[in-house]
Amino acid sequence: IASLVMYLFAEFDDAANLLAANPDATTISIDEPTEIPKKQHGRLQEPGREEDDELLGTDDSDKTELLAGQKKSAPFWTFEYYQTFFDVDTYQVLDRIKGSVFPVPGKNFVRLYIRSNPDLYGPFWICATLVFTIAVSGNLSNFFIHLGKPTYHYVPEFRKVSIAATTIYAYAWLVPLALWGFLMWRNSKVMNIVSYSFLEIVCVYGYSLFIYIPTAILWIIPEKVVRWVLVMFSLCLSGSVLVMTFWPAVRDDNRRIALATVGTIVVLHALLAVGCLAYFFDAPELDFPAPIIPAHNGSTVITKSQ
Amino acid sequence: FAGLADVSISEDIPVEGEITVPVGSHSPDEDYSTLDEPVRDTIMRDLKAVGKKFVHVMYPKKSSALLRDWDLWGPLVLCVSLALMLQGGSADSKDDGGPQFAEVFVIIWFGAVVITLNSKLLGGTISFFQSLCVLGYCVMPLTLAMLVCRLVLLAGSGTVSFIIRLIVVLAMFAWSTLASTAFLADSQPPNRKALVVYPIFLFYFVISWMILTFTPQ
Repeated sequence: IASLVMYLFAEFDDAANLLAANPDATTISIDEPTEIPKKQHGRLQEPGREEDDELLGTDDSDKTELLAGQKKSAPFWTFEYYQTFFDVDTYQVLDRIKGSVFPVPGKNFVRLYIRSNPDLYGPFWICATLVFTIAVSGNLSNFFIHLGKPTYHYVPEFRKVSIAATTIYAYAWLVPLALWGFLMWRNSKVMNIVSYSFLEIVCVYGYSLFIYIPTAILWIIPEKVVRWVLVMFSLCLSGSVLVMTFWPAVRDDNRRIALATVGTIVVLHALLAVGCLAYFFDAPELDFPAPIIPAHNGSTVITKSQ
Repeated sequence: FAGLADVSISEDIPVEGEITVPVGSHSPDEDYSTLDEPVRDTIMRDLKAVGKKFVHVMYPKKSSALLRDWDLWGPLVLCVSLALMLQGGSADSKDDGGPQFAEVFVIIWFGAVVITLNSKLLGGTISFFQSLCVLGYCVMPLTLAMLVCRLVLLAGSGTVSFIIRLIVVLAMFAWSTLASTAFLADSQPPNRKALVVYPIFLFYFVISWMILTFTPQ
């Protein structure tokens, strides 16, 4: 059936051109029986909203929107099904990373960059890089902070890698799951124009974590002020990507629920950043010497005078 | 069956082949039954194959021998020796020491599996075990680096020894990454090469970090 549909689209090129010229026209797409229903759900509701369609400016975007929905038709137990989530080229991944670091006000990350082609490559490898970056930077930063002390013995702290991995992967998968469930539930009560599939939410969250990678590297600098400025800065950037993505999905809802949702998203994101900073990076020493207390497990602990 | 009368093979299609079933003695290099050979020959053949692959990693050229006859003996030996050499580190407190044996093992094998899956999902044409084989064999420069680091640490653990270790580990890390990229990059679609090479870089970076931060008691 897929080849028949492709053939029809190739024949009716005029229709596609007309559609590109007039993106608000109602579209009829031929359903395949194994089509994922939520993809259709999102697309059918799109033509109503002009602010969200402002991004579909290029000529072939509608074509790719229409054609893209046909590809995810392999059954989920085959390898090809999972290959559809890795259908990205290098420049696309780099574009998406760029979009997450430089949020353009008013542009929606999902509509602009993901465009019905969510990938799992970005989220997975950005999280993996972040895990190791935080563990390595934390270790390095502690090493430099305690460097001059005669009783300090360097330890690689390898346990923290598994803790970092659990935290970051849990955040990158469980929070989108909860958010998707919540949005689906609200969708059943209030007709929202914009709705996202689970993979698109995972994609946004994964790419929004990218800014924390250079932040974690810069956290090696043992200055409290610098670290907190970095936290604020990266939180603003990635938080704004998340807010601009999810605000259109909840703004039709009850005002308080919409604000609470967006607020929770930002607070969780902030908690992740602050939690990583607090757990993996020891506080830098202040100038005056502090008493040294030998701890029970043999390593020395220097109390931090506040 | 009247219609079959004019079915014939046209003159310009050559028909060739053998319809005789060969019986009797075979030529010595075909159909060699390995059941009758001495055990020493069997073991030496496998050892030679492993050794040839090690040499291929030392001088990485785009040869297909490493890919065609994959085996996992070499990676197993390298992984076990690397994990063993990473033991005996500063383990005064169980929580803050270096990686345990199981952790090194899991990181290397699980990491290699994830990278292989990643390259296959991105559309690579290499087979699963071939990719595991290449990634495992390219751990060899890092195992050498670990050996050198342990020897240098026997001499002392000051700044000079750290600088020597840093240079050695960096060089071996670059060698590992370049060797595995030389073997694996060709089987990827051209516009996704960077997407496949980056996880390999991350994998060897993590192993190098474990080697560099090894501090003895």
